Amino acid sequence: MPTLAKRNWRAIAQQMEQIVGKSGVVWTPEELLVFECDGLASYKQRPALAVLPRTTEEASRVLALCYREGLPFVARGSGTGLSGGALPVEGCVLVVTARMNRILAIDLDNHQVVVQPGVINNWVTQAVSGAGFYYAPDPSSQSICSIGGNVAENSGGVHCLKYGVTTNHVLGLKLVLPDGEIVDVGGPVPESPGYDLAGVFVGSEGTLGIAAEITLRLLRSAESIRVLLADFATVEAAGSAVTAIIAAGIVPGGMEIMDNLSINAVEDVVATECYPRDAGAILLVEVDGLAVEVEATSTQVEALCREAGARAVRSATDPAERLKLWKGRKAAFAAMGRRAPNYYVQDGVIPRTKLQCVLQQIELLSKKHGYPVANVFHAGDGNLHPLILYDGRIAGELEKVEILGGEILKLCVAVGGSISGEHGIGAEKRCYMSDMFTPADLETMQWVRAVFDPKGLANPTKLFPTPRTCGEAARAESEARFAAVERF
Amino acid sequence: MENQPRLAVPRAFDANHPPDAQMIDTCVHCGFCLATCPSYRVLGTEMDSPRGRIYLMDALNEGEISLSQATAGHFDSCLGCLACVSTCPSGVQYDQLIAATRPQVERNVERSVPDRLLRALIFNLLPYPRRLRPLLLALIPYQKLGVQKLVRKSGLLQKFAPRLAAMESILPAVPASAFAAPMPERVAAQGKQRFRVGMITGCVQRLFFDRVNRATLRVLTAIGCEVVIPRSQGCCAALPQHQGQSAQARQMARDLIDSFADSNVDYLIINAAGCGHTLKEYGHILADDPVYRERAAAFAAKVRDVQEFLYWAKILVPLQPIADGPLAVVYQDACHLLHGQRISLQPRQLLAQIPGVQVREPVDAALCCGSAGVYNILQPEIGEELGRQKVENLLATGAVLIASANPGCTLQIRKHLELTGQAVPVRHPMELIDAAIRGVKVADLPAS
Ligand SMILES: Cc1cc2nc3c(=O)[nH]c(=O)nc-3n(C[C@H](O)[C@H](O)[C@H](O)COP(=O)(O)OP(=O)(O)OC[C@H]3O[C@@H](n4cnc5c(N)ncnc54)[C@H](O)[C@@H]3O)c2cc1C
Ligand code: SF4
Ligand code: SF4
Repeated sequence: MPTLAKRNWRAIAQQMEQIVGKSGVVWTPEELLVFECDGLASYKQRPALAVLPRTTEEASRVLALCYREGLPFVARGSGTGLSGGALPVEGCVLVVTARMNRILAIDLDNHQVVVQPGVINNWVTQAVSGAGFYYAPDPSSQSICSIGGNVAENSGGVHCLKYGVTTNHVLGLKLVLPDGEIVDVGGPVPESPGYDLAGVFVGSEGTLGIAAEITLRLLRSAESIRVLLADFATVEAAGSAVTAIIAAGIVPGGMEIMDNLSINAVEDVVATECYPRDAGAILLVEVDGLAVEVEATSTQVEALCREAGARAVRSATDPAERLKLWKGRKAAFAAMGRRAPNYYVQDGVIPRTKLQCVLQQIELLSKKHGYPVANVFHAGDGNLHPLILYDGRIAGELEKVEILGGEILKLCVAVGGSISGEHGIGAEKRCYMSDMFTPADLETMQWVRAVFDPKGLANPTKLFPTPRTCGEAARAESEARFAAVERF
Repeated sequence: MENQPRLAVPRAFDANHPPDAQMIDTCVHCGFCLATCPSYRVLGTEMDSPRGRIYLMDALNEGEISLSQATAGHFDSCLGCLACVSTCPSGVQYDQLIAATRPQVERNVERSVPDRLLRALIFNLLPYPRRLRPLLLALIPYQKLGVQKLVRKSGLLQKFAPRLAAMESILPAVPASAFAAPMPERVAAQGKQRFRVGMITGCVQRLFFDRVNRATLRVLTAIGCEVVIPRSQGCCAALPQHQGQSAQARQMARDLIDSFADSNVDYLIINAAGCGHTLKEYGHILADDPVYRERAAAFAAKVRDVQEFLYWAKILVPLQPIADGPLAVVYQDACHLLHGQRISLQPRQLLAQIPGVQVREPVDAALCCGSAGVYNILQPEIGEELGRQKVENLLATGAVLIASANPGCTLQIRKHLELTGQAVPVRHPMELIDAAIRGVKVADLPAS
């Protein structure tokens, strides 16, 4: 394999141009600059080339060329990932799916659609809503994140409490493997014998190949939907309302908490004027189903909120009103841009019962490290999104913030949770994998990876810890904390 | 993480008002703005998205990259539709960033000879009705004698000069009204006078859409406005301003302010979306001009889009049906109204006041139609694709009439309707309101 420095990128670019056309290849250094990061802008690496195929066939030829030349490749959808999954690796070809943006087939009788990976999450619902259907997984970034990215990250959203995450809605995949071969896994029939290879691919973060066509399951729109917005004096009170709702056997479509800092940041920018600025926390609960059921459940939820100390509860059934109640929540991350030049978002999962205690600990950590932490989270499934605010222009700040983020993650693991709910591991959290998994666990995963990608070309260095990426310091740290756990 | 060497180049923007670094810093790289960016929708390349362009501006500010033709091309590909400003949850004011970038490109990037010639032609012709009018005379034989058909059919122009072809293809038939007597300088209100307003007639609007101006005038007087229309007024400066021709824009702005200097009006009414947006920006455009600064701000504060004004002032006269039976109308959002002035509800509600009118909503209403001032002439491929998509989405609503409040959008939509062989009329909302006030059916209005 020729060394990186000696590669004739111009010649490779020309071969790529023959596959995808001139406009589909980006090769000048100044243009490539914009591809150097995804939604996690603190990690940067310029790719050697960016290529934009339009069809499965073109994607296959692009990967075959990479395979022949031994070039690593990284897939990129809309670049909204928050863990550096689409961060290029040195000397790689970035395969951008933005032009693979067609809905290929809509089969309403069987509640299915087939889409190209660059189709935006929202477009799916838009295309079928007229007929009374929708696509359930709804990340906050749904207006722009791609289905390919959702599949790779196994993305979730506010409605995943009741309906499950992406993997529960992917029926089949047409994959381009790292050698360019095209294979079908899963299929239109929900239950098929043999290995669940579609299940293996979902959440693989671009390390097993590229999803080129995706068959998604559609759901029927609920007859009735009601959103309740309760505001509390403290986050703890909001947390106890969540516990009470779940304990009552209610499974709402979604249940979200935002704390005071997040509320104010959102009101500054989006000005929804429905989140009271003086509330310690707000709780958003969406109840859906048959009209009578929604009516009864909403009354019950409202009573439970009041019992837990809600100062006020308002609700909406009208689509525009509901959208308004959700709008601030969906804009919560980005709204932080007004509060501080940078934010660092964490994505940990904890058992629901530990919510109050973990939030208190986070508050202590925030004080100890001296960075404000805003909390926005999928309360129903214990998926926390602490947002650490800082100023990245000051040298050394990011590193300190990452240490704080790491402590929060370890806290999640220590109480029996996980280091990623839905944003993936990517480049950012690969070093914490060994906090969660035993060496044997990790080795098993590597075997699976090697079956799909024997040359190690697909998004290399992501998802798993390597000595080069994690370094000795990170490892010594985690060993000290979890001395009893074996690692490699 | 930074393994590749940064290019060592000097600061790539000059010191004259580069885009504000602090504003750039409020961008958190979330990518939400990509969803409604028309150039990204067509090209799929990050450099042609708002997030990518902001990233390039930042790198140029920092001197990490040079302002090469390749880089500049991605600023040129921006339609200036401002959808990204509406979408951004972090409050990034991209409009100000791109407005600061365009003059940098004009000053510091060497354009190719054909590009320079085309731009010179546009900027020296379109904003000047007096220069355009004789040219239009010459166009009449071109259109009437079948030369136009021949040229379009041969595809030669398309092949050798695609951008000239684009310019040619949106040319509307030259209306006789382009040479009709100018509008009176003062018209009294009908009934009790409620306001005294100035009317800005626009440059392209005046020649190609004289009917719209006359309809606007009738509507304004009907609802109780005395209307002042100084004959000395020229172009509002939108055209040069959107393309970074700052000096030309400032001069035009000063001239227009002077035209209305002694008019003593309550409001200045404009019926073209693009012009309205620029008129409201006069305070910014002349912020560095010690003589005009205050006058410009005062002028801008009086500017109202005609629909914004009507909705606020209320149409206190009865409206009659404009069709026999119900009429499905789709309102096409002009970017400079929707994103530039946040006006979307008012036009829809005005239309809905006409008895029998049902207002339909298209998919991707917030996405630009690709006209964007002179964009469809300068960047024909992107403009074409957007125009095609827009017409498809508008027609999918089942509407039998399209309402468009901007001359550029109207020309673009008509062209693409023609390409798909659809005979759906496109009218300015003022034409419809005027018809409803006068009790005329749309079918009986003179052809567009
Ligand atoms: C403001 C904000 C809010 C967010 N909210 C949520 C949320 O609520 N829930 C949530 O789960 N996530 C959320 N995210 C994270 C992000 O939007 C999701 O991870 C999303 O699925 C990424 O999609 P993308 O198209 O941007 O993918 P990218 O960022 O471009 O890529 C993500 C990963 O997918 C891989 N990939 C992309 N396309 C393919 C393909 N076709 N085949 C194989 N691999 C591929 C890439 O290599 C990379 O590893 C949020 C992000 C932001 C910025
Ligand atoms: S939406 Fe705003 S903050 Fe997000 S990338 Fe675009 S400009 Fe930046
Ligand atoms: S102004 Fe329009 S074309 Fe330009 S970056 Fe914003 S959304 Fe895109």
